[in-house]
Amino acid sequence: MAREVTSPLDVDRVRKDFPILQRRLAGDHPLVYLDSANTSQKPQPVLDTLTEHYTRHNANVARAVHQLGEEATAAYEGARDTIATFIGAPSRDEVIFAKNASEALNLVANTLASGLADDPRYRLGPGDDIVITEMEHHSNIVPWQLAAQRTGARLRWFGITDEGRLDLAQLDELITPRTKVVSLVHQSNILGTLNDVALIAARAHEVGALVLVDGAQSVPHMPIDVRELGVDLLAFTGHKMCGPTGIGVLWGRSEVLDALPPFLGGGEMIETVAMEGSTFAAAPHKFEAGTPPIAQAVGLGAAADYLSGLGMAHVNAHVESITAYALNMLADVDGVTIIGPDSPVDRGGTISFTLDGIHPHDVGQVLDEHGVAVRVGHHCARPVCVRYGIPATTRASFYVYTTTDDIDALADGLERVKRFFG
Amino acid sequence: MSDSLYQEIILDHYKNPHGRGLREPFDAEAHHVNPTCGDEITVRVATDGATLNDLSYDGQGCSISQASASVLYELLNGRRIEDAFAVEKSFVELMQSKGAIEPDEAVLGDGIAFVGVAKYPARIKCALLSWMAFKDALSRAVATTEGGSPS
Ligand SMILES: Cc1ncc(COP(=O)(O)O)c(C=O)c1O
Repeated sequence: MAREVTSPLDVDRVRKDFPILQRRLAGDHPLVYLDSANTSQKPQPVLDTLTEHYTRHNANVARAVHQLGEEATAAYEGARDTIATFIGAPSRDEVIFAKNASEALNLVANTLASGLADDPRYRLGPGDDIVITEMEHHSNIVPWQLAAQRTGARLRWFGITDEGRLDLAQLDELITPRTKVVSLVHQSNILGTLNDVALIAARAHEVGALVLVDGAQSVPHMPIDVRELGVDLLAFTGHKMCGPTGIGVLWGRSEVLDALPPFLGGGEMIETVAMEGSTFAAAPHKFEAGTPPIAQAVGLGAAADYLSGLGMAHVNAHVESITAYALNMLADVDGVTIIGPDSPVDRGGTISFTLDGIHPHDVGQVLDEHGVAVRVGHHCARPVCVRYGIPATTRASFYVYTTTDDIDALADGLERVKRFFG
Repeated sequence: MSDSLYQEIILDHYKNPHGRGLREPFDAEAHHVNPTCGDEITVRVATDGATLNDLSYDGQGCSISQASASVLYELLNGRRIEDAFAVEKSFVELMQSKGAIEPDEAVLGDGIAFVGVAKYPARIKCALLSWMAFKDALSRAVATTEGGSPS
């Protein structure tokens, strides 16, 4: 049946920017890539920037007086400016490059747990609460479990409703004056749910707690302005937003970054080193020990430029329209149950579902044989599967290059899966 | 492609599993999970130290992991312990072969249908899940019967 989709993006043109989308897979199937929440594909300008960097400007940063060193440093620090603008950071010094979102989240958990901060507000210990949610990626659960173990702080979490939303009924009971840090996902990578970060941040700030947001899934998909988000720290990852792997970002308010102690020790994060002790550089360099992922940061800058060129509001609107279309199509496939919000309201372009009586592994395998790439499993969010009493889900996720044809291929593929195992 | 992975024999075992369900009595039990996909299996063995008197299992997972448990039961239930370990070794070898070895039907029976799975690195763990749990359970059961009571 024909369903109208209006999108502000010229998807056919966008698709031409992504060479991999021309690939033919085994069996001469065209690629139907529905795994962008896992990692996005890369547009030509990002690929060109990486090649250009390595072929013309390669040198280490911040420690060479030669011309290439200056070019590489300018490119690396230029990427910081680009990212600062991309997320509305008041200062470029608030943008720290890390290896990925996981490292950025670990940076915060570890520095708070280290006990090295001068200001007790930045030291976790017995009597303190850490608050997370049941819909976190493992990257925002495990670092806090470790931090709690190390410091004697207590880990608490918001549950999830049957509809796939955070259960905020206990907001004031969960976030209390004992709470030192609240860390939550902006958009769930398994349920697609978009959380009301501002509401939770407001309560957290009322009690003087820090708020860290995992933006791994939201920053690639919607306009983000950290000043409006009203949080203290934001982590995200380059490879899900058209950038290379090996690069992530932690943004933090200057005051917070100044108060946190260093994370890793090494070159370039110091002011002066003596055998008796060291003093440290100011943020962001305080948190960037060793040779950073230079080309990757430059590539991420190119990715942010590419997305800004499309317009993040357009990116968001496109994914929203594809998501609405996909929710409708999936509702028509017998045996499909959506795990997570089943309406396009306050949700992103990531849809998890089960297919009656057929294990997600088998679903994904048969889809793959027809060129349809989805992710199957618990998506590094096992507690969510446990919450819904399922071992795993099949997950389709969308981005700037996703078309309604891709969704139709998914729906057809699911019918084939049912015939195959029927 | 699906033909080489999802052999008819595998689909048959998946749809009509043999020997499924946990039974008493048993001498040892092992529960294994595949952390990447959440597949789970529990395998129980009952043995007098010489013969595998019962092998029972229950679990949840994909067609490959469930069919492989059914084949495990069919091949090994009632066998002598050393034979059971030998077949287990042979199945593991097959799964690690990347599809390069010709499986011996006389040893592996329906297990030969899994030769195609060995070409899919992401699915090898599914096929081995019940076999690993079985090896674990049987090794423990044998250790107990051999060890006897202390002193
Ligand atoms: C919500 C969320 N948080 C964190 C991560 C971790 O990102 P990375 O693996 O790049 O560190 C991911 C992606 O896997 C994610 O989806």
